Amino acid sequence: MDAVIENLPKLLDGFRGTLILLLLAGSGAFIVGVIIAAMRISPVASFRGFATVYTEIVRNAPLTLVLFFCATLLPYLQFQPGYFPLAVIGLTVYTSPFIAEALRSGVNGVPVGQAEAARSVGLTFGQTLSYVVMPQAVRMVIPPLINVFIALTKNTSVAGAFFVFELFASARQITNVRGDAVLAILLGVAAFYLLITIPLGILAGRVERRVAVLR
Amino acid sequence: MTSVLYDAPGPKARARSRMFSIIGGVLIAAGLVWLILTLGAPRTTVSGAVQPGMWDPTRWDIFNDLEVWRSLGRGALATLQMAGVAAVLAIVLGVLFSFGRASETAWIRIPTTVILEFFRGMPVLLMMLFILLVFSTGAFMAGVAALAVYNGAIIGEALRAGIRSLPRGQREAGLAIGLTPTQTRFRIEFPQAFRQMLPIIIAQLIVLLKDTSLAYVLGYSELLRVGVNNLSSFFGNRYAFSLFFVVLAIYLAMNLLLSWIARRVARSTGPRAGKPTATNLAALGSTTLTDQPLQGSTSAGAASGGAEAEGRGDARGH
Repeated sequence: MDAVIENLPKLLDGFRGTLILLLLAGSGAFIVGVIIAAMRISPVASFRGFATVYTEIVRNAPLTLVLFFCATLLPYLQFQPGYFPLAVIGLTVYTSPFIAEALRSGVNGVPVGQAEAARSVGLTFGQTLSYVVMPQAVRMVIPPLINVFIALTKNTSVAGAFFVFELFASARQITNVRGDAVLAILLGVAAFYLLITIPLGILAGRVERRVAVLR
Repeated sequence: MTSVLYDAPGPKARARSRMFSIIGGVLIAAGLVWLILTLGAPRTTVSGAVQPGMWDPTRWDIFNDLEVWRSLGRGALATLQMAGVAAVLAIVLGVLFSFGRASETAWIRIPTTVILEFFRGMPVLLMMLFILLVFSTGAFMAGVAALAVYNGAIIGEALRAGIRSLPRGQREAGLAIGLTPTQTRFRIEFPQAFRQMLPIIIAQLIVLLKDTSLAYVLGYSELLRVGVNNLSSFFGNRYAFSLFFVVLAIYLAMNLLLSWIARRVARSTGPRAGKPTATNLAALGSTTLTDQPLQGSTSAGAASGGAEAEGRGDARGH
């Protein structure tokens, strides 16, 4: 226990790194994900094709491989903004297709009958979308989106293996010095992760229950 | 859906959308060509030395060497080995967890719930390090154990949701004909839940296969380490890019094959097993906290036996 307390500043430093990674990569992935999702449901066939191929390739590549590419091959190709931005790029790219899929499944999940009903009572395209389809789609999308962010939180730990200082890296450093208190240190680090993931999980469950569309 | 939102496009709108499609296609193709050309162009390093482009034959000639492919094969085999052992253990653990969580006894249910929350909220990588350091096992065992526990927790949640989504009558009927509660669970409820959740379980196994690459960090020589680390340090840095390409292709091939199997399984077990319908999946989605696989499928998944892909909203492998 004393090992955790005496290394608390370092752990908090790592925690800050994790949070910044989560924030930057999360917002980046959200933007890219929205674009990919829009391409995926757009009427333009070539955009659809591109988005599908992108999604399939990135989703089936392991995160370690993506981050390896960012951390070692991009510098090799003379693109060297530093390891932290590189990790943010990697996590953004890796997370974006999952966000896109969550968004797309939300929009597709609104039954066609809803839109048909809206159209048949005389609503225009804009009204159908804004009064009938979108309110339902947004509700269905929030819980899966939160889950993607939970996964991203856990994934930031992989960046710690590629020269970025965050919680996992701080855990490695501290355990190297204090080999006698490994258990306490790792539990302490786990607690920090749980500090993010469990509240998010509870939030997802609560949102889901509150906004559940009853049909 | 989109076609319902507005009137069917006439000839003009169709022509316009075709034009957009062609312009978009040209733009995307131009982007790809640019990317390929920039990668292929010789570049000058800071020190002034000129390196050949990425498509230069001198960067790819090692693939004529059979020994390279043999090492890659060994790496892939190590990856599959770890994934195989971990997958079996994960399913076994998942079954145990699901029984624990669905137990009628609070003494079993509550501790299991806490343990599951703990496992699901922690990064797999941290768990691997944890097991490696605390139990000082080898890298292989640490990887297998962490993957099994983590994915077991998720599969357990999926199975529990499957059990919950069954009609009450199933359990009541089992009890009525004189089976004990345990027998009812094993012989009546569990087989149905398992079949219903099979697409989600397979999707999770794909995540598991992808996650074996985390063992790279522990130093286990699986595909990623053999491919991009060992081989490129042996043959020289100039092959790093081509080796990365080949390793990526191998991973994609393995994962896409598994997803394809998942899709087939989803289609073939679907109707017989009482395909998860939108309503019962929605009902089960609202009873669980954070199982990504489920929420993904509440929405679109049910439509076309497509639960397979949405299930991986998981991303956690993401």
